[in-house]
Amino acid sequence: MRLIRIGAGLPLLLAAVASFFLFPEYLSLLNTLFILAIFALAYDLLQGHAGVVSLGHAVFFGMGAYTAAVLAAHGVTEPVVGLLAALLLSGLLALLLTRIVVVGNDLTRLLVTLGIGFLMLEAANQARWLTGGADGMSDFTMGPVLGLFRFDFAGETAFWYSLAALVLVYAFLWRLTTSPFGLALRGIRENVRRMPAIGAPVRRHLATAYTISGGIAGLAGALLAQTSNFASLDMLGFERSAEVMMMATLGGTGSIPGVVLGAVGFSYLKDALSAMSPKYWHLGIGLVLMLSVFVLRGGIAGGVSALLRRLRGWE
Amino acid sequence: MTPAIETEGLTLRYGHFTAVGDVSLRVEAGARHALIGPNGAGKTSLVHALTGNVPATAGRIRVAGQDVTVLSQAERVRRGLARTFQINQLFRGLTVIENVSLAILERERKTRQFWRSFAADRAVAEEAREHLSFAHLEEMADRPVRSLPYGSQRLVEIAIALATRPRVLVLDEPAAGVPAAQSESIFERINALPRDLTLLFVEHDMGLVFRFAERITVLVGGRIMTEGTPAEIQADERVREVYLGRRGHHGAA
Ligand SMILES: Nc1ncnc2c1ncn2[C@@H]1O[C@H](COP(=O)(O)OP(=O)(O)OP(=O)(O)O)[C@@H](O)[C@H]1O
Ligand SMILES: [Mg+2]
Repeated sequence: MRLIRIGAGLPLLLAAVASFFLFPEYLSLLNTLFILAIFALAYDLLQGHAGVVSLGHAVFFGMGAYTAAVLAAHGVTEPVVGLLAALLLSGLLALLLTRIVVVGNDLTRLLVTLGIGFLMLEAANQARWLTGGADGMSDFTMGPVLGLFRFDFAGETAFWYSLAALVLVYAFLWRLTTSPFGLALRGIRENVRRMPAIGAPVRRHLATAYTISGGIAGLAGALLAQTSNFASLDMLGFERSAEVMMMATLGGTGSIPGVVLGAVGFSYLKDALSAMSPKYWHLGIGLVLMLSVFVLRGGIAGGVSALLRRLRGWE
Repeated sequence: MTPAIETEGLTLRYGHFTAVGDVSLRVEAGARHALIGPNGAGKTSLVHALTGNVPATAGRIRVAGQDVTVLSQAERVRRGLARTFQINQLFRGLTVIENVSLAILERERKTRQFWRSFAADRAVAEEAREHLSFAHLEEMADRPVRSLPYGSQRLVEIAIALATRPRVLVLDEPAAGVPAAQSESIFERINALPRDLTLLFVEHDMGLVFRFAERITVLVGGRIMTEGTPAEIQADERVREVYLGRRGHHGAA
């Protein structure tokens, strides 16, 4: 397990860079994959590391998207500034929501986060003057990144911009999960009952994790709004919340490289299956999810580490 | 001298059922104090109420003279009151040393750090190794707890509690579920703990109780029936009847 945790980052990065040269006509698709990977990593800090679930995580993604779009529409067009603002505002929203999310058990948490998701969707829908309502927002233009790199039609700038963000988020989360705080989160996941018996402030830890996770999810949303020049209600809808959970599950919740692969794999599957059968692609996704839980046990990452264990056993 | 633990009228009710009723218990500083009683007497419930695992329905609790009644479990741990569990409460997917390190990191309030690796913290690693060596767990340091034999897991229970640096340690049947030969060695470790650490322990095996305890409190039906030295308890007819009688095979020889 440790081997793939430390070792997988570099090959993944190389593969991402190589894809720039191998698939030049798919840059905007790759850009979307990077963004979804960031979102999935943000979500999995909760599910995979702290062991708590959330069914409304797209709320923060959408918050970030609208933050970036609204800022740009009001003249703040430098993308990195918009990104940081989205990070802060989404993190703040998460922090405000921790009080009602952190209490209770997994079932109440699912219901509460689901409820928050619906409320926020309706709020964004009603606030037409700010968000454009059901039509979404597209009447904004992004400036060049750091005043240097203009977004182009081929999507080259977007590719590197999102990849850079993914690398930073990946490194930050990798550091975090091996830190004392990360160990405390794993403690909560492994046995939340024991934690207070060693003097641990469980709610505080969860509130911190939720805030960080919400902030990074917002960053992902902002990236999507900026690079696609669009923000819409589906960015904070239930489907997106459910999908991020599936990405984490498919990739192997708790494993950072696994989750990145899960986001890529899920998007690919969704694409391929819906091309095969626009009507029944959910069926295919359902089967793959079952497989990744029951056969691979722990998704892609679980499958790989089981394989590595075998290989080592044979030596 | 101020007692390490003092309760007044401590009561814990589950609905209408009184699991602990009006218990006034005094455990002297540095004591080796046993809590005994038949199954369902309320021993674990008393430990829960004492440590804040379950809020008490009524009564007061003082630790080293300080009133902790309204404090949360975590805050009581910070005031030096730690416990172990009758049924293992371990971080099963973490390694043995991670289990102990986590308790140290929480004690030192280092779990707020997210910018450095916890494994690189030398002071924590060294202290963790000390606890492990005390519990004879050094060889298993890097194994996931779930892969350990049950007896060793019981020792991890104790090592985690020690890593909170308690002044008072409450042990709920520390040898529960392990074969007699191993419970002996678990109690040998408990007996090797520093004398200034106050111990209150629950145990069913009367042989062990009479050997390791200096004072014994007998709980029956959630209430204190009697308290005394091992000799006094051994001679007490009511204890024999209510407790030893029912569990005769444990009777002290
Ligand atoms: N959460 C609960 N809700 C309701 N009743 C409970 C609960 N926990 C314990 N009890 C009841 O309280 C009584 C005391 O239980 P407790 O576990 O404290 O006994 P004990 O002395 O530790 O027993 P043992 O020797 O078997 O460990 C029992 O009758 C038990 O059924
Ligand atoms: Mg008990």
